[in-house]
Amino acid sequence: MKSLLPFALMALVAVVAFYAFPYNLAFLTRVVITMILVLSLDLLIGVTGIDTLGQAALYGTGAYAAGLFAVHVWADPVAGLLVGGLAGAVVAFVSGLLLMRTHGLTLLMLTIAVAEVFQELANKLDWLTGGADGLGGITMNPVFGTWQFDFIGQTGYIYAVCVLFIVTAILKVVIGSPFGLSLRGIKDSPARMRAIGTPVGRRRVAVYTLAGAVAGIAGALAAQSTALVSLSVYDFQVSAEAMIMLILGGTGRLWGALIGTAVFMAVHEVAASVDPFNWLFIIGFLVLAVVYAVPRGLIGLPEEIRRMVGRLK
Amino acid sequence: MTGLEVIGLNKAFGGLTVARDINITLAPGDRKALIGPNGAGKSTFTNLITGILEPTSGEIRLDGRDIGKLSEAQRVKAGIAKTFQITNLFKSLTVRDNLRLPLLERRGLTGRLIRRSDREGGVEDEVESLLSQFRLSDMGDRPVERLAYGQQRLVEMAMTLALKPRILILDEPAAGVPSSESPLIAEAISGLPQDLAVLVIEHDMALVFKVARRIVVLVSGAILTEGTPEEIAADARVRDLYLGASHG
Repeated sequence: MKSLLPFALMALVAVVAFYAFPYNLAFLTRVVITMILVLSLDLLIGVTGIDTLGQAALYGTGAYAAGLFAVHVWADPVAGLLVGGLAGAVVAFVSGLLLMRTHGLTLLMLTIAVAEVFQELANKLDWLTGGADGLGGITMNPVFGTWQFDFIGQTGYIYAVCVLFIVTAILKVVIGSPFGLSLRGIKDSPARMRAIGTPVGRRRVAVYTLAGAVAGIAGALAAQSTALVSLSVYDFQVSAEAMIMLILGGTGRLWGALIGTAVFMAVHEVAASVDPFNWLFIIGFLVLAVVYAVPRGLIGLPEEIRRMVGRLK
Repeated sequence: MTGLEVIGLNKAFGGLTVARDINITLAPGDRKALIGPNGAGKSTFTNLITGILEPTSGEIRLDGRDIGKLSEAQRVKAGIAKTFQITNLFKSLTVRDNLRLPLLERRGLTGRLIRRSDREGGVEDEVESLLSQFRLSDMGDRPVERLAYGQQRLVEMAMTLALKPRILILDEPAAGVPSSESPLIAEAISGLPQDLAVLVIEHDMALVFKVARRIVVLVSGAILTEGTPEEIAADARVRDLYLGASHG
């Protein structure tokens, strides 16, 4: 029962946001999609200890796959999500066979390189992807043939929130499973995992593939809700910001990924409208303050406050 | 033979020979100790047996089967397990989770994505019995990093035992343990299953003489001598090694 509490809280926040900001649903949808992307990153960085800056490769491929599928094959949203997830998983699996043999800085550099390669590929294949003009002409069918996407974005928001719930629930189950425990073991000590007989390399590829599926689903959602896929889905900024959001919220427990994304994007939105020129300054300050004061991220804040209050007494 | 057989094992890094024609057998029930001064090649020997290093030549047989080509993970599955010289645990995980991982791995369950990791009946029973065997029951839900060092060494041993090995290599089980907690380690070693073949690599001579029934002395990568504790204690060469040649 206790494990359902955060889900109830999540549902409450989603409903309140829906009614409180009826004209910002497009932005809220973007937040929800980014949450899914950051969840996929938490699975790698937070749970397994695989540091990567190439999540855009998986996210972008999911977006293009879903976009192309909608344009050329079938405009069903749910089928598109599955296609996007599958595309992300395939890219992660194939690139993972090479990437997961490396660690540390080498891994960071290679993951960045993979995303760049995909961006260039999408640029060169402009007959297929639209190149720098982006892939347009995406019109989605109603969700389950019933709920039409509307221009205020109500359907899009509810649809994205449902996907977020399902993805979070699945990842919670995975992390609590024996497989998930072995991932946490790999984070603490890969050498010890090998010594108890776990094929660590294969586990790393497996979790990278799973994260690829999740990031691909996020990309597919982005393609469907904005009806456009541009080369920017492969931008380094996508990967880097996802990592900042994760660190801001706190790694390893999924909820941190959600909180970090919400706070980062909300502050970004507000700061950019208050001061369009210096908003990066505010974001930078926020990240510095959190990393300095609460190294474990915003999710560690209540405990940190409790400790500080305890010290005062 | 049943058990472990090491035949003519050599290992060289370039021109540097770190293992020279090593022959050792380890049968079920054996309690052997491997001693030797720093740099004698004890760690190299362990790494050769467990598959972290590949020998230059020689054979490693388990129950008559050549296991020299198996990977580290495959050798664990075949029944060879070792503890780490420096405690190498899953520090942020609880003691129970630390024990669950090898138990789940032994049953081939760590690839499973559904069902919670703490709901596997057989595994949970074994977790509890290991906890009580090593007197860790009170601290089962504590993260390992909050345990005293001696207790961490016990978790280390319990984890390795969880793999149900037939050959157990204890790599300096008492290293870094304060002498007040050292009897705890000796007691734990005495409590190991009788049919297990145990090789202890240790500096602490008091511990070695307490637990070992045979002692192998390794010097500069080669075996100097092998014998009972009494024979080793009486051996002038061994005394020279440990006391220095100056005693005459």
